[in-house]
Formats: sequence, structure tokens, C-alpha cells
Amino acid sequence: MLEVSLFPESASSFSGEVDLLFFAWTGISIFFSLLITGLILYFFVRFKSPYKGATGTPEHASWPLEVTWSVIPLLIALAMFAWGTKVFFRIARPPADAVEYFVTAKQWMWKIQHPTGNREINALHVPVGVPIKLTMTSEDVIHSFFVPAFRTKMDVLPGRYTSLWFTATKPGKFHLFCAEYCGSEHSLMGGWVYAMEPAEYEGWLAGRGPAQRPAESGQKLFAELACDTCHRGDQSQRGPGLEGLFGREVQLASGRTVIADETYLRESIVSPGTKMVAGYAPLMPTYQGQLNEEQLNQLVAYIKSLTTTTADTQDHPPTEPESEP
Amino acid sequence: MSFDLNAPAPSAGDRPADWPHNHYLKDKQGLRSWLLTKDHKRIALLYLVSITIFFALGGLMALLIRIELLTPAGDLMEADTYNRVFTAHGVLMVFFFLIPGIPAVLGNFLVPLMIGAKDLAFPKLNLASWYIFNIAGLFGLWALLSGGVDTGWTFYTPFSTTFSNSYVVATVLAAFIAGFSSILTALNFVVTIHRMRAPGLTWFRLPLFIWSHYATSLIILLGTPVIAITVALVAIERIFQMGIFDPSLGGDPVLFQHLFWFYSHPAVYIMVLPAMGIISELIAAFARKRIFGYRFVAVASVSIAVLGFLVWGHHMFVSGQSVYAATIFSVLSMLVAIPSAVKVFNWTATLYDGAIVYEPPMYYALGFLGIFLIGGLTGVMLATLGINVHVHDTYFIVAHFHYVMVGGTIMAYLGGLHYWWPKITGRLYPAFWSRLAAIAVFVGFNLTFFPQFIVGYLGMPRRYWAYPDEFQVLNVLSSAGATVLGIGYVIPLIYFVWSMRYGQRASANPWDAIGLEWETSSPPPTENFLVMPTVSAEPYDFAGRERARALEAAAKEAEVV
Repeated sequence: MLEVSLFPESASSFSGEVDLLFFAWTGISIFFSLLITGLILYFFVRFKSPYKGATGTPEHASWPLEVTWSVIPLLIALAMFAWGTKVFFRIARPPADAVEYFVTAKQWMWKIQHPTGNREINALHVPVGVPIKLTMTSEDVIHSFFVPAFRTKMDVLPGRYTSLWFTATKPGKFHLFCAEYCGSEHSLMGGWVYAMEPAEYEGWLAGRGPAQRPAESGQKLFAELACDTCHRGDQSQRGPGLEGLFGREVQLASGRTVIADETYLRESIVSPGTKMVAGYAPLMPTYQGQLNEEQLNQLVAYIKSLTTTTADTQDHPPTEPESEP
Repeated sequence: MSFDLNAPAPSAGDRPADWPHNHYLKDKQGLRSWLLTKDHKRIALLYLVSITIFFALGGLMALLIRIELLTPAGDLMEADTYNRVFTAHGVLMVFFFLIPGIPAVLGNFLVPLMIGAKDLAFPKLNLASWYIFNIAGLFGLWALLSGGVDTGWTFYTPFSTTFSNSYVVATVLAAFIAGFSSILTALNFVVTIHRMRAPGLTWFRLPLFIWSHYATSLIILLGTPVIAITVALVAIERIFQMGIFDPSLGGDPVLFQHLFWFYSHPAVYIMVLPAMGIISELIAAFARKRIFGYRFVAVASVSIAVLGFLVWGHHMFVSGQSVYAATIFSVLSMLVAIPSAVKVFNWTATLYDGAIVYEPPMYYALGFLGIFLIGGLTGVMLATLGINVHVHDTYFIVAHFHYVMVGGTIMAYLGGLHYWWPKITGRLYPAFWSRLAAIAVFVGFNLTFFPQFIVGYLGMPRRYWAYPDEFQVLNVLSSAGATVLGIGYVIPLIYFVWSMRYGQRASANPWDAIGLEWETSSPPPTENFLVMPTVSAEPYDFAGRERARALEAAAKEAEVV
């Protein structure tokens, strides 16, 4: 039995906007295609050479015509550019209240961690109607997280974080593809996004058993690695304090300033010498190769939580810590 | 253009008076005379043989891809084999067919003939470029035969530098070497066009084919060194583990994409500008009219060349670059569409009030217009950020760039071959079969690639060896179309080879066209022109020629009376 589909399902808060933009462009394209092919075919028949050796009427340039057919397409293109950019900014910028999930890509699977700490592979369960932000990184090559029904995708890079967000608008099971070629099993590196009614999602989560939230795992890891030997948060500390660091501007020894975002925090763990904070000696050892991406994310989540501990706890009541598998 | 007032308007079956004359094909005989030739026309034919072989190999790979994709499961070959096959398809077609194709064959043959020169400025460099090209090709084939490469023709890092277990270094070396042959050809064109034009042939009397080759040569000269450096860096990181692109070595993977597309986007214009040049020639010749807005079309070629260097970031809208960079690249990409649109409008306007003759090359020109229109319109769609995010790296992109690069460039290349074949070989080919082939290519092409727009918007990612069931019907259509397209490519191969021996002899100007290349015999003598031509008129001055012919007829009549 052959299934035929000609148009993808539309299941995110902005998928309708993308489709509308696409239909508008398709309409414009059909109009110009018909206009030009129509004219060409008409001229072909109408101006067929009447006798052997006939020549066409010499027609030299016409400024008004040239200007007209430069300016009209230009105006259409600029209008569509403005519209397309507006839609893009909506797709590219997650809302502040989005719930953060963590995605690690590796050849050839998607590893996903829920804000509750629950994990799944090649599947992502999300509640309908809640803005979801995925913070993503890769353990090896470049991958790309693509959900056609949501009309969004984002490359997943090694060595830094990228993010993608969506709000699912209806329950269902939607394709997840890797869109950036990543080697042998690229075409098998996929799975499903399951959008569920919030209550159903809560039930599903409960069925998964207890888990530890990334920030809590990070706090434990922070202590295990003895990071607090230097990052103590008092005056005599050898490392910069981390309280309230996330999102703040940091003065570097090189004279530059950077915003302390996730990628900066991660980089400062794996390669502390790259962006030294002004006033500190380069004492910290590198953790490159000693921590996996999930552990790095836990540390980052912990450092982030040092800013907003209370709010975070209210959003997601802590569950019982699970024993490490 | 000047024209020979004494030449009668040729009619069908006209036998040139001076046939058989001494010409470049007969001048010297033997393999040695070909392999050591400095004649641009013979070098063009050497290139024709080389790129036809690469095109056939690339086409064979396409055939394997289309057979594999007939079914959703990956069943014909292993995933690793499939990855090597699509990479070979891309590398062969891009670096060894599309980029050199029109300039090295038709450009090589025609640039000196169209400007009234005896040869290119540096004939020995021209021959060297062919040898370099073949050495590069052999490297590529060696990599292919020893097991192939599985990175895709884009060589994205860090996959290509750290993770791939295939012959990456040999393949990028092949692309690196091929770049030198492009540079030598482009340098030759620029110098020749600047210094060796016939007396009276001012810049705005140049055929549009020359303008487009000039613009193309500028892109090659400015862009090729960047891709050479980029692929060299890939080889260095791969061999010496130096951290350039791989973040685990301290590199930046997105840096590679910037460097790669800085060349590889303009490379699209290396492919399509010469194609546009051919279309201008065909439309003028068969509408019997000067190209409408000649200067606008000429300047459009140069603006495309310049703007083409400013839009590379539109390949990277979802690569993690800043949203503001994406916005700027989006608007610049919209701008580059305008000169292309101007060309299409001017070609259409040229047909108005023409005296159109339905010769075979014109079928290809028509096919080009239809296909390029869709390729161009989907291009501006893709430059629109909100749409690009969804269709990036899907079959929508695959369809779009095949419309521009295959539908556009190959259609024009075939049209050009059909147009100048009588000049190149001195023979005509069967008109019926050539019309049939043009129609087969057009129908087959659209059947192959139009369904890919739909399957792309549905969400099928590119470079997939296996895919979900619901994409099958459209993929089967694509494969069916590819069969028709393949037949459309094989028919000309057969009758072109056939015509070299059995084709009807062609006169100097079998299409009754205007241009210096039609004023010398078919095939031309080794030195191109026995008498140095001079130019005293605008290009494609059909009306002027008609007046001159009428005057002459009147004078003859008066003589008789």
C-alpha cells in the first residue's frame, strides 16, 4: 500500500506562518512563470520568421522598461525579505519562558535529557502548548536537528551550544531527522517527536521513574571535581566567583568583554586559558576529554542555577535523586 | 559586426565553395600533433573529450543514486557505498564537468574566434591547463577507485578532517589541482579579451558570450585561490592533526563553511554565467535581432560576478551564525536575483518583433529559459529566511540547484554545442533527432527534479540512503524522469559522433547568424582568419545586414539592366 503525501503536517506555533510565506512566494513564482513562459510562447508563434532571410525589427534599449523590470522585482524581493526575516526572528529566538531540554548528538543517535533529568534516545516527548527550548551540542561531527512538522531546524555543532525552540500545537507523532550529513548512518539518525497533552505528558514522565535534574547532578559533580577549592565565592578565592555569573558581562584579561552564556561557560571548563577573566592567574587545568557533553551541560546548568535557584525550584519541583545507572 | 557583402545568404544544402579547404582538423595529423597542439580549437576538443568522460562517470553515479532511491529501504547498496556514490557524483559533476565545462570547451574554441584573434594570448598555458585538468581528474579517479570518499562534495569539517575513513586527501588534492587549470584558462581569457580584440571591436561591440566569459574569468581568478587554500587546510588538519576546523583540536568547524562557500557560491556563477552568454547568442541568432537592452545584459553579467562574492552566508542560515549576519546575507542574496531577472526580461523582449526560426539550438534555449526561471524563482524563495530554515538541507535545495546547474548550465551547454557544432566540425547533425533530444532532456529534467521540490518541502533531507515510506511515490517519479533525461543525453552523443563522419558538410555560416566566428570557414583554418577581420558595427546587427543585402541586390539588378 503506497502512502502519498504532498504537503507536510503543520504542528508548531509558527509552522502556519512559514507555510503562508511559502504560499505567497509560490503564488508570486507561478504568476511570473506563467507571465514569462506565456509571453515567450506567444512571441514564438506570433513572430515566427515569415520568410527565409527575414530579420527582426531592431529594438534598442529602453530605459523606462529596464527600470520597470528591475525595480518591480526588487520591491517584491525586498518586501518578501522583510516578511521572511520577521518570521525568521520568531523561529530563531526562543521566548524567555521556554522550558529547556538538553540534546546531545553523536554518530548516529540523539540523546535527550528532560528538565527533570529523565533521558531518552531518538525520541522526544513534549507537552503540547508549552514553549520548548532545546540546547544542543554534538560529541563528534556537525548534525542538524530537523522536525519538518514544526518547520524548524538547527545545526548541532561540536564544541559549542546552539538552540532551537518550538511550541507543539497538536498531539501527535512527528518525524525527527538529522539534516546535516554526518557519515555512514546519517539517514538512520532519526526518531520521533511525541507531542502529548500536558496531563498525559506528566503521566508519561511519572512512568519513567525518578531522575535527577541537571543542575543537581551538576552540583554533585562540582563538589566531586573539587571545583569549589578555587571557585569559593569569598574574597581570597583563586578563581572567579560563579554566583550570578550567567548572562553577565565578563571583563577578560585581553581587554575584551564577553557575555557569560552557555557556550562561554562550557569553553571556560574545557579550555580555561582561552578567555581568561581579568585579574586571575591561569591556574585552572583543562577538562577537555575528561568530561562528556552531558556532564559539561550539568555543570553549566548548575552554574546557571546559581543565579535563579528559587525560581527554578518553583518551576520544577525536585524529584528524588536516582542512582547513577 | 562587419560582414562579407559578397557572401550570399546560404540556403539548405548549400555546399561551401571552398570545401574541402585546409582547416585546423586537417592541418597536421597524428596523436602527437594533438597532444602537443597549441591551437585553442584543438585544445577545446581535447577538453571536450575529457569533460564528456567525467560527465558520463558522474551521470553513471546519478543513475546508481536514482536506482537506490526507488525504494524506501536502503537495499541496492550499503549506506557507506551510497555515501561514496553521491560524493563521487557531486565531485565529478561540479569540479570536473560544470565548472570547466562551458569555458574550457566552448569558451576556448570561441573566445579568439569571436574577437577576431588568431589564438588565446598564452597558447602554451592553455595546453598546460588541459594537462593539469587531466592530472587532477586522474587523482580524483584514483581516489574513487581505491575506495572513494564519503564526505559529500562539500567536505564539511570536522567530519572530513577527523572522522571520515575515506580518501579525503586525494580527493581534495584533485580539486586543488583542478583549480590551477581553471585559473590558467581564466587568465588567458582576461588577457586575450583585453589585448587581442580585432580593430574596431570595442567593449560594447563584444558578443554577450564574451562579456559573460570575462565576468566568469574574474570570478575564477579571485575565488579559486580561496578554495585551494581551504582544501589545503583540510588536508593539513587531516594529516598533521593541526587544529584548524576541529573543535577538539581547538579549531572552528564553521570557519570551514565560510571559506568553502566564499568560493563555492561564486562557483555557481562560474557555471551559469557562461550558460547565460550562450543563451544570449542563441536568442539573437534565431530571433534575427540584436539582444534587447544589450548593455544591460552585459553589465548584468559583471554585477552578478561582483554580488556573487557577497552572498556566501546564505548557505549557512542554520549553521549557528548570528541572526544579524543571516539577515544581511538574505537581503544581499535577493539583490543578486535582480540582474538575473533583468537578463530573463531582456531575452523575452528580444523575441518581441523578431523573425524567429525554429532551429534545433533554439529548442535548447527555450528549455533553458523555462528551467532557469524556476531555478531562479526558487532561489529567491530560498534567500527568504523564514522559508530557508525549513527547507535547508532537504530535497528542495537539491531540486533548486539542479534546476540552476543542470537545467540551466547543461541545457545551455548542449544548446551551444548544437549551435557551434557545424563551426567546430564542419558538419551538420540530423535536425529531427536533435529536436527530439532537446524535448527529452526538457521533459526528463522536469520529471526528475520537480517532484524533489515537493518531497523537499515535505521534509526529506538530502543525502539520505533510506527514507520513510511516504516519500516513495515522488522518488519513483524522480527516478523515472532520470531515465528519460539519461536518454536525452545519450541521443546527442550518438548523432554528434555519427555526424563527424557522415554529417552533411556545413557552410561557413549555416544559421545565417552574425558574429566574427561565422565569417571564417567551417571548420576554421588553424590561424582562424586568413584576412584580419575589422569590426564597424554593433553586435547582432541583423537589420544593418539586411539593408546591406538589399542594396547589393539592387546594385546587381541595376547592373543586369
